[in-house]
Amino acid sequence: MCQVDEEYNALLESRSLPGVSRKCMKCKEGTAVLIIRAGDAFCRGCFKEYFIHKFRAMLGKNRVIFPGERVLLAVSGGLASSSMLAQVQEGLSRDAHKKLRFVPGLIYVDEGGASGQSLDERQRAVTQLEHLFQTTGFPYHIVALEEVFTLPTSVLEAVSAISESSASSYKTAVDQFIQNGGDSVGLRTQEPDSSLADAVAQLRTHDGQPSSCIPPADQSQALERLFASVKTLTAKEDLLQTLRHHLILHTARQRGYSKVMLGESCTRLAIKLLSSISLGRGAALAMDTGFADSRFGDVVIVRPMRDYSSKEIAFYNRLFSVPSTFTPGLDTKTSDKASIQRLTESFVTKLQADFPSTVSTIYRTSEKLQTARSGQTSDADPASKCLLCLCALDTAVEEASAFSATLLSERLSQGIKAAGSSPPAPAPAPAPVLGSDSGSAGQSCSSSAGGSGDGCCGGGGRGGGCCCSSSSVRLPVNSDLKSLLCYSCRLTIKDMTSVDTLPSYIGSEAERRKRRLEMRKEISEFLLDEDEDGDDEQLC
Amino acid sequence: MAAPISLHLEFGGGAELLFDGVKDHHVTLPSQSDPWDMKQLLVWIQRNMLKERPELFVQGDTVRPGILVLINDADWELMGELEYQLQDQDNVVFISTLHGG
Repeated sequence: MCQVDEEYNALLESRSLPGVSRKCMKCKEGTAVLIIRAGDAFCRGCFKEYFIHKFRAMLGKNRVIFPGERVLLAVSGGLASSSMLAQVQEGLSRDAHKKLRFVPGLIYVDEGGASGQSLDERQRAVTQLEHLFQTTGFPYHIVALEEVFTLPTSVLEAVSAISESSASSYKTAVDQFIQNGGDSVGLRTQEPDSSLADAVAQLRTHDGQPSSCIPPADQSQALERLFASVKTLTAKEDLLQTLRHHLILHTARQRGYSKVMLGESCTRLAIKLLSSISLGRGAALAMDTGFADSRFGDVVIVRPMRDYSSKEIAFYNRLFSVPSTFTPGLDTKTSDKASIQRLTESFVTKLQADFPSTVSTIYRTSEKLQTARSGQTSDADPASKCLLCLCALDTAVEEASAFSATLLSERLSQGIKAAGSSPPAPAPAPAPVLGSDSGSAGQSCSSSAGGSGDGCCGGGGRGGGCCCSSSSVRLPVNSDLKSLLCYSCRLTIKDMTSVDTLPSYIGSEAERRKRRLEMRKEISEFLLDEDEDGDDEQLC
Repeated sequence: MAAPISLHLEFGGGAELLFDGVKDHHVTLPSQSDPWDMKQLLVWIQRNMLKERPELFVQGDTVRPGILVLINDADWELMGELEYQLQDQDNVVFISTLHGG
C-alpha cells in the first residue's frame, strides 16, 4: 500500500486550487479542460485519446472477447452505458488493424413497472432510447421487466462453464480471423448496408413486440405486487438487480449472444463493493465486481468501463456530445439513509470529494480479490449454487463459524417461538443449519402468518390459501427457499412479506432442486462412497 | 455597480429532476456592487430556481458531492471552483453522476 501513502501525503496539504489556466500535462501545449484522478490536467484532445485508449486496453488486456463473437450491450441510457455504446461504435469504425472485432447487439430493460413510473413516461423513455439505438445500426431488443414472469426455469440452471481459454488460443483465434479476411460472421463494415438493414428489420419484427406494446396488465400487476411485498428499499434494489440480470441472461441465451457487457463505472463498482460487503455478499465479491463474471457458465458478463471514474465519463459525454437519457429509478430523490446502497453511495462520493484517490484505491483492492474455490463443489452441481444469484453457496459451514453465530443470535432474540409447530424440514443440511432453519422458519411462520392474515385474505386466489390455518403448508416453501440461497439472498427474501409473489420460475426451480436433494438422500446409501473402495454396493 | 449578467445554465444526469425536468435555463442575474461569483450563484439558484429538496443539490457552501460543474465546458476546479467570477454569457453546466438524481 505504499502507493496509497504517497498520494496521501500529497493530499493532506489542502487541495490548492489552480487560479491560472494550466497546461495539459501530457502534451504541455493545450489548455487543460479537466482534472481527473488526483490532479492530472488534460486538454481536450489528449483526454479523448486517453479515454478511447483505455477502453481498448481494457478489452485487449483481458482477452475474453474473441473475434467475431456476439456481444450484448446492456444499455440503460445512463451516462456510463451510453458512453460504453459510443466507445464500441468508435472501436468498430477504426481502420482494419486496430479495429474491435466483435458483433454487438443492444438491450434495454424497461424497469418503469418496478419504480412506479406511469405508462406515458415509460413510453417516452422507450421511444427516446429506440431512436438512439436505431442511429447505431446494431440489432436491439427492448425488454420490459414484466417479462420476468414468463422466464423459463432454465435461466437458473447452472450450465457448466466453457473450458478456460488460454492466451495462446486467443492469439490463434485472432490470427485466423485476420487470415479469413476479417469476415466470418458478417461484421458491420464488411456487409453491404442493405442486408444489414434487412437483418435489423427482421430482428425487430421477430421481437414480436413493437416498442409501443404495453406489457399485459396481469404481468404489470404481478410486478407491482412483487415489489410491494418487499419491505425495505435495500431488498428492493437487490431484487431488482437480480431480476434484471436474469432477464438479460435469458435474452442473451435466446438470441445466441455469448457475452454481455455491462456499463458499470469505477465509482459505481467501488460503491457496489462496499455495499455488497454490508449486504453479506462478501463471498461473491470477486464475481460481482471483477472484469469477467462467469457464474452463469455459458454467458460471460464483462465490465469494460470498470476503469473509468464517473467524472471522466460525464466529461467525455459532455465534451463529445454522447447522447444519453435519464430514467428515474427506485432510489431517485430518496434520502441518504433510505437504503444501504444509497448510504454507501453518499459515503463514497463525499469521501471522494475530499480525497480524490478514494475510488481508485477501492478499485485496486477489488482487483486483488479472487474467489477461493472450495474443493468439493463442482461447477456442474446445481445444488451448490445459490438459487437467485448463482454464486457458490456460502452457508454450508461448520458450527464454530460467524454464520452460525449470526443465526444463533437471531434465534435467541426471537425467543423460542413456535418451536413445536414447524414440521420437520426435509433438508439434508448439517445439524446447526437444520436447527437454525426451523428456527428461522418458525420466525417467518409467525411473520408471514401475520402478514398473510392482513394482506392475503382480502386478495383471494392463491393468497387466500395462505392464511393462518394452513400456515403449515406455506412453511416448508419458505424454509426450503432459504436453504437454497446464499446468505445475502436470504436476507433479501427475509424482507419479503410473501414469497409467492416471486415469478414462477424461481419457485419451480426451487422445488426441482429440493426434489433432487431428497432423491439423492434416499439413494445415498446405494451410492458408492469415494473413500470406501472395497465396499461393493449392488447396483442393478 | 456591475451590470446584470445573463447566463446559460444546463442541468444533466438527473439533476434536472429538481428543476421541473427542464434542462436548459437562461437566467439573468441582477446587478450588484460586487461581481458575481459561483458561491453567490449557488445561493441564487437555491433561492430562485430549486423547486424541491435543496439538500440534493447544494450542501453547505458548495454543490453536493457527486455533482460536476463545468464552466464554459471546462472543469470548474481549473477555474477556481467557488471563487470563479462569472462573466456575461457564461455557460454553466451541472451534471449529476449519482444514482439517486
